[in-house]
Amino acid sequence: MALSALNSDSNFTNFDQADGETMSDAQTAQTASSAAAARIADAAHTGPMLAADGTPLKKSLNRALRVQKMRALALIAPLLIFVLVTFIAPIADMLFRSVENDIVSETLPRTTTMLSGWGEKGTDIPGEPVFEALYQDMFVAQEAKLHTRLGSRLNYELTGASSLFRKSGRKVQDMGEVYQDQFEDLDGFWKKGENWNSFMASDAWLAAMDGWKKANGPQPRFELRDGIAQTLPATADIYVKYADFIQNVDKANLSKKDPWALVYSSLYRDLSGENGLSSYTGPAAAELAAAATAASTFETVNYTDAFKKIDRDWHKLDIWQTIKVYSPKFTSGYFLNAIDMQKSVDGAEMRPENEQIYGLLFWRTMVMSLTITLSCILLGYPVAWILANLPARTANLLLILVLLPFWTSLLVRTSAWKVMLQQQGVINDTLVWLGIVATDDRLALINNSTGTVIAMTHILLPFMILPMYSVMQTIQPTYLRAAKSLGATNWTAFWRVYFPQSMPGIGAGSILVFILAIGYYITPAIVGGTEGTFISNRIAYHISSSLNWGLGAALGAILLAAVLLLYYAYDKIVGIDNVKLG
Amino acid sequence: MNLTKTLMTSTALTLAAGMSFADGHMANELTIISWGGAYSNSQQKAYHAPYSAETGVKIINDESSAEAVSKLRAMNEAGNVTWDLVDVEAADAIRLCDEGLAIEIDADEMLAAGADGSSASDDFGDSLISDCFIPQIVFSTTVGYRTDMVGDTPPTSICAIFDTDAYPGKRALNKRPIGNVEWALLCDGVAKDEIYDVLATPEGQERALAKLDTIKSDVIWWSAGADTPQLLADGEIVMGSTYNGRLFSLIAEQNQPVGMLWDAQMLDFDGWIIPKGLPEDRLARVMDYVKFATDTQRLADQAAYISYGPARASSAPLVGKHAELGIDMAPHMPTDPANAQNVFVTNYEFWADYRDDMDAKFQAWLVK
Amino acid sequence: MVALTPISRTEPAFYIPVVAAFGAFFGIFIGTGQGSLLLGVLGGAILTALAAYVLVKIIKNERAGRWLLTALFAVGGFALASIPGLLIGTFFGWFFGFLIFWLYEGRYRAKIPPYLTPSQVFWHFTFRTICGAIFVFLITPILVVMPLSFNAQDFFTFTPEMLRFDPAGYSLKHYRDFFTNDAWQDAMKNSLQIAPVATLLSVTFGTLAAIGLSQPHVPFRRAIMAILISPMIVPLIISAAGMYFFYSRIGLQGTYIGVVLAHAALGIPFVIITVTATLVGFDNSLTRAAANMGANPVTTFFRVQMPLILPGVISGGLFAFITSFDEVVVVLFVGSAGQKTLPWQMFIGLREQISPTILAVATILVGISICLLTVVEMLRRRSERMRGMSPS
Repeated sequence: MALSALNSDSNFTNFDQADGETMSDAQTAQTASSAAAARIADAAHTGPMLAADGTPLKKSLNRALRVQKMRALALIAPLLIFVLVTFIAPIADMLFRSVENDIVSETLPRTTTMLSGWGEKGTDIPGEPVFEALYQDMFVAQEAKLHTRLGSRLNYELTGASSLFRKSGRKVQDMGEVYQDQFEDLDGFWKKGENWNSFMASDAWLAAMDGWKKANGPQPRFELRDGIAQTLPATADIYVKYADFIQNVDKANLSKKDPWALVYSSLYRDLSGENGLSSYTGPAAAELAAAATAASTFETVNYTDAFKKIDRDWHKLDIWQTIKVYSPKFTSGYFLNAIDMQKSVDGAEMRPENEQIYGLLFWRTMVMSLTITLSCILLGYPVAWILANLPARTANLLLILVLLPFWTSLLVRTSAWKVMLQQQGVINDTLVWLGIVATDDRLALINNSTGTVIAMTHILLPFMILPMYSVMQTIQPTYLRAAKSLGATNWTAFWRVYFPQSMPGIGAGSILVFILAIGYYITPAIVGGTEGTFISNRIAYHISSSLNWGLGAALGAILLAAVLLLYYAYDKIVGIDNVKLG
Repeated sequence: MNLTKTLMTSTALTLAAGMSFADGHMANELTIISWGGAYSNSQQKAYHAPYSAETGVKIINDESSAEAVSKLRAMNEAGNVTWDLVDVEAADAIRLCDEGLAIEIDADEMLAAGADGSSASDDFGDSLISDCFIPQIVFSTTVGYRTDMVGDTPPTSICAIFDTDAYPGKRALNKRPIGNVEWALLCDGVAKDEIYDVLATPEGQERALAKLDTIKSDVIWWSAGADTPQLLADGEIVMGSTYNGRLFSLIAEQNQPVGMLWDAQMLDFDGWIIPKGLPEDRLARVMDYVKFATDTQRLADQAAYISYGPARASSAPLVGKHAELGIDMAPHMPTDPANAQNVFVTNYEFWADYRDDMDAKFQAWLVK
Repeated sequence: MVALTPISRTEPAFYIPVVAAFGAFFGIFIGTGQGSLLLGVLGGAILTALAAYVLVKIIKNERAGRWLLTALFAVGGFALASIPGLLIGTFFGWFFGFLIFWLYEGRYRAKIPPYLTPSQVFWHFTFRTICGAIFVFLITPILVVMPLSFNAQDFFTFTPEMLRFDPAGYSLKHYRDFFTNDAWQDAMKNSLQIAPVATLLSVTFGTLAAIGLSQPHVPFRRAIMAILISPMIVPLIISAAGMYFFYSRIGLQGTYIGVVLAHAALGIPFVIITVTATLVGFDNSLTRAAANMGANPVTTFFRVQMPLILPGVISGGLFAFITSFDEVVVVLFVGSAGQKTLPWQMFIGLREQISPTILAVATILVGISICLLTVVEMLRRRSERMRGMSPS
């Protein structure tokens, strides 16, 4: 590839010669050089300039450029793919969680659909159909043990949701048993799962199940009988769910299982409501007809009251409002939480004062990072200067001192600072020994912002010194001497000549330190006390402890946006190429 | 998500080759997750070593219990559960159970009956705080103090934490609401059996934080179990809350000038959960181990290495002497009748509901 | 630029007051420590002024004078505060002996330009002192860690025995623990298995990409650069969580490869930055010349380009190595028991059971790195000598 780029260069030189040869016969009286110039001008008029191989020069150059681009991209590609896959994809995946919210509508599909017609801004709780839908959803969810998961999710928004769902899940099983008992009392036929299968399942499936044993491999997939979905719509809908659950989650033999109580209540619903039973002639037609007649006299369940009996909270507005507000598949709720707001029926509103925390933490993270950056500049500049101005031999030795802390584990350095800074620590002990501070008046150097700034400055200082040093190395000392010999004072010479040249180093170091500081959390947590809580601490808490990953992702997204903004500004002002390390 | 999925598939394909040896689940191994430190050590000696000797099963220790909840959820999401058994706190067990990440346990069927003939569920009693939880130990969060810094009147009541006049100096408290708010209300005059009712109201929460506010400037907040012992050893604090096992080791093993309170100790449980989604063969192996490791004798054995009480009632009489120091361990158990005169049992149900809310308020209070 | 400034002996009116000023300054501390500030200042000033006069005018022999002064201060220190006092006294004795003759002989001007005014000279040394203080700040934690690692107790505390230099306060047990404890040995082994591979990955890919990026025409250069630098600028907790969820899903969580890939990704920005920086000064006509003489691109790369950018590659590699070797957040999420690295083991140590074994490990690592850095520096000097260059 390197050769092809070179060829394009030589093509260009060939062009001059070739052109010269073809034209040389026609012109005789002029000097070669002026002739060549005229000829080129001539050629431009007569047609496109050609390269040696006859292609137009422009095209040839473009091709060379393209080849060069391709070559560069080919070199970059492996790393780019590597970073995209191992790093960018995970980040994108993680940030997506900050808006993802399908758990509500997946766990309570019927309820959320029914709720769409409910006016959440009114003062009435939803009506009986919603409660019936809730019963069905809860029944299915508790079989799959998903209801507590939803409870945990909603508990982030509404305190108490967790136990409400846990409690309701346990009791919802009994709720439909009224119907099950009545059907079973009516006719022994309804007790057995195989009888249900005989009219709910297709003949093909029944035949396949007939000879099936566990050793034969997976159970044949349940199929609904043709037309039964029109005859008994609600029952068919639930039965498919039931069959799927038994076969795929429970991994049990469907023909030996007795249906859920929910199946009975759905059948009652079909029989007492609209159905296509009049034209039904399939298996169990007689039993169904008998049941249909009997159903009108069945004792019924009022789901609204049944849920109230489980917990009065079901008759409060806020649980329903929360479910409704969080039923869409995507939500801005996590982001609102991350800026101390909350999603309510009236749109976004501020959280109560005593729960506002993230705004303060973002602000504190910024201020502390800025302070740390400034102290790094203050301490790093003289060191970088002296490194750049000492003979290389000495500078290299001193550079080892700068690099050594790098080789000491971050955790160890942080612990060492704890040993140094605490009230019974090395610094205070020394000061007391020297009599500078009184023993009962020891300095508070740790568990506050002072401790954070000292420890973090120390940890990040090398990241400031190295870029500064590499920039300062390139500044000619002669400029400074020239300035002085022209009459500048030491200060003027430094401030007007040296300092501006060292700016890229300061910029590079600052951005590096600031960005790194913003993301630290172990060190501030150890030495910073209550003032040392950075936003990253909360992100870590939500990810590893509270399991509120959505909120963690939203906080992370905001933090990341801030960092990227800084990065962009930095790239515009200084250029990322100017960052140098060592 | 399409992009992510495509990327994921391609990554999976690229790495398929490397994956072959990454799947390290050998036929005769158990990966057990615990906390590390002295606690893991006690499990190693009391459970793992005898079990391995008996069955030849190799036990791999992973010290990730602090991240267990989130790691289990991610594994479950990915459908790739690599852990066999996880040691967690009771509160985490409830959370994991709620999230459907742990399997439910029928104690009488799956665990060994007590040595005194009682059924497993009776023997464990109240410690079975969740359907998924297999208790091992009872521990308590309590207060230790520097004997050389409290003068002639060492504290006898938990409320010494809030008494900065009698006991000036810094005190260390856990950087989370659980435990602290209960103590705050208790010392603010709320009767012990009303505390959770009061805490369930916003006023009660305000009241607890207001009480904590009186000592806020004197508190060093700890988050790692090793913090308070270190602070006590340094003389950096006059008193601090920590786990009773840590205080025992500080006093008895390290001979530091430290005393401890049993007043209003917050009793808590620690135990196993079995992750959901294990294949049959691994599940069978885990069940076998669990049955072995939670029988009466094994739980009593553990107490020889660390001063945490066995969760079975039938194990208590079998608690012997410390393995190295040779001192009697029974008087150092949080469940010992002399120590258990005034205990405080965490209400897990309450915290499952109020944890998120209370934590937000507590943190907001903390940073102000 | 080493200025050859002629030096000459200075007048007593110069060196005695300066030495006395130093004496007064250090006297402050001894004075407050013994209860009287004024006495300390005056005593320090008078004592050191006297010492300066005696050494220069009466003893005259520099070597004998300095030894005498050191011995005197050491005895005085011992009388005041036993062994710690002895050490501090010895140090001050040595320091003042040095200071007196340094000032008297005028050596302090030897290495600075002759045209500087006295105030500039003063500023010069003040500046040096400030820099020295910052260097001390930089290595303070290491200075604390080293003695604590010999602690006979299991806490990060300077015990009274240690401060008295009582041998009973010191022990090697934490080092023994490190070398005999399986957990630490496994962690060390894991770290040594993960870090080099991760470094190799990031250096290989990173160097190639850096060469690509420094070509004159690269489409979307800024965007690509931003993506490649991103592992450095994305806050670590976000990277860790993201990788953790994603790697779990593709089955890489808790595997050796997963940790290596994660660490390699984190190390890449350092390689990119250092190598592109080196390439800025790279003369491309060299590769063309090589190609012209018939070298193929691979040969050109290894024989021409690589040797010239090697310093950048090595320093980028070092950064990548340290990133992996000292990384705890990501490995905590992405790894599992089989990949427990040293930092992870340290983290558990700090969380579950504080033990100075951590400090012993840190001391060993610092020791190794000092040796390594010194060897590198000596090799560099040797190669400079061999090539006949004057040490710059």
